[in-house]
Amino acid sequence: MATKSLKAREKDLANTNRQLEILNGSLFESGELPFFRDKLTASGHEVLRPHSLEILQINVGYMCNQVCEHCHVDAGPDRKEIMTLETMEECLEVIRTTGAHTLDLTGGAPEMNPNFRWFVEQAAEAGIRDFIVRSNLTIIRANKKYHDLPDFFAKHGVHVVSSLPHYTRGKTDKQRGDGVFDKSIKALQELNKAGYGIPGSSLQLDLVYNPSGAFLPGNQEALERDFKKALKEDFGIEFNSLFTITNLPIARFLDYLIASENYEEYMTALVDAYNPAAVSNVMCTNTISVSWDGWLYDCDFNQMLGLKVNNSVQHIRDFQENLLKDREIVISQHCYGCTAGAGSSCQGVVT
Amino acid sequence: MASEYYNPADLRKFGKITEWSEALGEKFFDYYGKVFEEGALSAREKSLIALAVAHVVKCPYCIDAYTKDGLERGITKEEMMEAVHAGAAIESGATLVHGVQMMNKYEKLSM
Repeated sequence: MATKSLKAREKDLANTNRQLEILNGSLFESGELPFFRDKLTASGHEVLRPHSLEILQINVGYMCNQVCEHCHVDAGPDRKEIMTLETMEECLEVIRTTGAHTLDLTGGAPEMNPNFRWFVEQAAEAGIRDFIVRSNLTIIRANKKYHDLPDFFAKHGVHVVSSLPHYTRGKTDKQRGDGVFDKSIKALQELNKAGYGIPGSSLQLDLVYNPSGAFLPGNQEALERDFKKALKEDFGIEFNSLFTITNLPIARFLDYLIASENYEEYMTALVDAYNPAAVSNVMCTNTISVSWDGWLYDCDFNQMLGLKVNNSVQHIRDFQENLLKDREIVISQHCYGCTAGAGSSCQGVVT
Repeated sequence: MASEYYNPADLRKFGKITEWSEALGEKFFDYYGKVFEEGALSAREKSLIALAVAHVVKCPYCIDAYTKDGLERGITKEEMMEAVHAGAAIESGATLVHGVQMMNKYEKLSM
């Protein structure tokens, strides 16, 4: 398993233009599979436009203590892109005035940003209804200075969303690295102890499931049932909901698909599973993604592909909700990942 | 002529059998879909049965399909292999139980 990002390894696919070349490449050019735009048109969606803004998702940096094989951020300990205090202040201005009801902090491991706690404290005062932090769990156990995170999250009423690819050690460690499962279990127990995920508690703990390989996620309800049963029986762990998320063919997951000769089959499976009903609710229709350096994107995936919003407003310092809502959402073939089957978003299925 | 009897890409074309016999094809796929829904058995349990049967009937398409289906459902490789053994045990048992017929015949014909 790699211990460095594609960027640090100077791999071809660290270059976003190379990724886009592949996504626009021969499989679609040859007509073997339809371009996402044509598929949209054929199902009666001429142009994808946002509804009202509900979720502001802020990526506070690509640094992470893990190097997961499927990571669409290409995050890792070697990534130096970290949101500055100045950009955080620009974000806070928007958080205080936005109509969005959800604030969603992600990374990397957002906790590794040196100003993370200050930012959470400030944002928690801004009157946002649902304040999410996407925590990879192991960070809580990575270093003593992070051990109190469950209590810190609880104090600020943060809604914790954490990744766990499987309820067995083998599958989890294969995707996320040796020892990740045991640390994740310990972290979940600590979160439970702080009141997270316990019936009757207002502290919300949700899990995110990504398939650990070149296949789509199964039924969200059935997987949630299996996860709940296994985690409760084996480790006494409780949580609220499981979100299934489809791996999008970008960054390290794209690298894996190509190296394992699964790219064509995976793209075909995504296209075959295209669900027009999912299109109306894809997350880019209610989300704005903000990068560590303040640029605006239709989603975290577009951020990683360097596809900024197609709008006169492109940076958080110039943020104007009324201007942004008229934009046309930027799409490419990776978008098939969010419209496959029951659909996929950072909040799980969309149908 | 195709150069091989089994082509993985043909699995995607399975639905096309309906084109040559619409009524029967549709009935089959409706039935097939219904069988694998959640019922008295969970869809997960049925997926493992399908995987075991796929091996017994030696259908490469079905093996591909139900290995993938199992992965999607979070079924582990240990569970999958045990299912294959369950199928194999019944298949070899079915062969071996005929040994009794052989024994009967042997005894009948021998002095």
